[in-house]
Amino acid sequence: MSSVPEDLRYTKDHEWLKASADGTALVGITDYAQQSLGDIVYVELPKVGTKFASGATFGVVESVKAASDLYMPIEAEVVEVNSTLESMPELVNQVPYVGGWMLKIRLANPASVDQLLDAAAYQQLT
Amino acid sequence: MTQTPARTPLYDWHTRHGARFVPFGGWEMPVQYTGILEEHRATRTAAGLFDVSHMGEATVSGPQASAFLDHVATNRLGDLGVGRARYTLLCAADGGVVDDIIVYRTGSQSFLLCLNAGNTPGDITWLTEHAARFDCEFRNASADYAQLALQGPRAVEIATRLAPSTVCLADVPRFSFVEILLSGAPMLASRTGYTGEDGFEFYLRPDQAATFAEALLVAGADLGLKPCGLGARDSLRLEAGLPLYGHEISREITPLQAGLGWAVKLDKLGGFIGRDALAAEAAAGSPSRVVFFILDDRRVARADMVVSSSGKSVGKILSGTVSPMINQPIGSALVERAALDAGATLTVDVRGSAIPLRLAKPPLHKLPA
Repeated sequence: MSSVPEDLRYTKDHEWLKASADGTALVGITDYAQQSLGDIVYVELPKVGTKFASGATFGVVESVKAASDLYMPIEAEVVEVNSTLESMPELVNQVPYVGGWMLKIRLANPASVDQLLDAAAYQQLT
Repeated sequence: MTQTPARTPLYDWHTRHGARFVPFGGWEMPVQYTGILEEHRATRTAAGLFDVSHMGEATVSGPQASAFLDHVATNRLGDLGVGRARYTLLCAADGGVVDDIIVYRTGSQSFLLCLNAGNTPGDITWLTEHAARFDCEFRNASADYAQLALQGPRAVEIATRLAPSTVCLADVPRFSFVEILLSGAPMLASRTGYTGEDGFEFYLRPDQAATFAEALLVAGADLGLKPCGLGARDSLRLEAGLPLYGHEISREITPLQAGLGWAVKLDKLGGFIGRDALAAEAAAGSPSRVVFFILDDRRVARADMVVSSSGKSVGKILSGTVSPMINQPIGSALVERAALDAGATLTVDVRGSAIPLRLAKPPLHKLPA
């Protein structure tokens, strides 16, 4: 069974978001998503400074079997990418909510986090 | 034609071993247990156990059984010895591939055929039709057999642990088979496979398959044997450069384009279905050819991506994955002959980036660095 931490927010596309008080947030894919994809061999991430609308494709994750798009949970600007994933994409499989984070973003509107799914609502989808 | 996928006799066994299932060729098959990378590497370094019971089987027997097979198959089968197996293609009159199969000679007038799962219903119809003009009995025997593949450098050692002491499995030559009792179950054990490794494929009664699979897994546990799904089967066969129907061969891609001319005997007495079309292609030269490649990049080329030369489309990707052995993207492509003959630089368009194809002769995981 896949894990769904209580303190994160989620999308129906299986991304998670962890908001900080300073208006930034970390973004990654859920345990359910990494299990469905299987062994991840490459994560293609955007450049720092890129702005994305909510739901826009921000990158691609390649498993042995297929490539899958990654979707921005919320309107935001990328302030950091997890460069460790270049050499260790398997972190997304091993620790999807910790070392497998993909982006640090600055939210265009921090209050919009409330529109994302909470853990209970996301659990219903998995 | 949507139908509930069929389940092999090992379905519950897969579930017990933690398999994740996918639909494949009309069957609900395990794609992986612990992970494709781990299963793939286990098969290359120790051994892997694959349920391939979705494959179809058919039998042919009678005075004209071999004449019938030589009429429908591209390879020469009449001279196949009893106890021997041979790879062949079945082609349509236009040279397109109906299926690629293994033919086992079980007696002087009897053969067993192993067919691709997704092609089995079509093969049965097509073969039944052609068999009617020969003095032979053709029968769909798919329901009579489960099939397991034990592959890898330790495969023979593991199978030997379940064999009677009077039999030496290591002495069975490649593309030969024996009828044998393993772990008390009667079966046909064939020194063949689809991974590029040594090993056996076992044909046995469906009701004995789960017990035998478990016996193999227990016998090979200390040597590193792992249950493996279709995901690893696909990445293994691609590294080894073995064709997969619907990718490297199809109704559109002939055996000659696919580099399988060694299994097409144009000079076979009496000819065969598709012979004239293939002879014409051989004389004129194939318009396109299947090539294998490695990418010196992290991005993976996937089936149907466009292959270009100097900005012009000259082909498409047929299969693509990441090699778990060399940790680089690998694949196959169908490319126009003119571009290949010119030795032009080929690129694949992966999400807007043109990545050069480094053409290579399989096995792709064993190339000199």
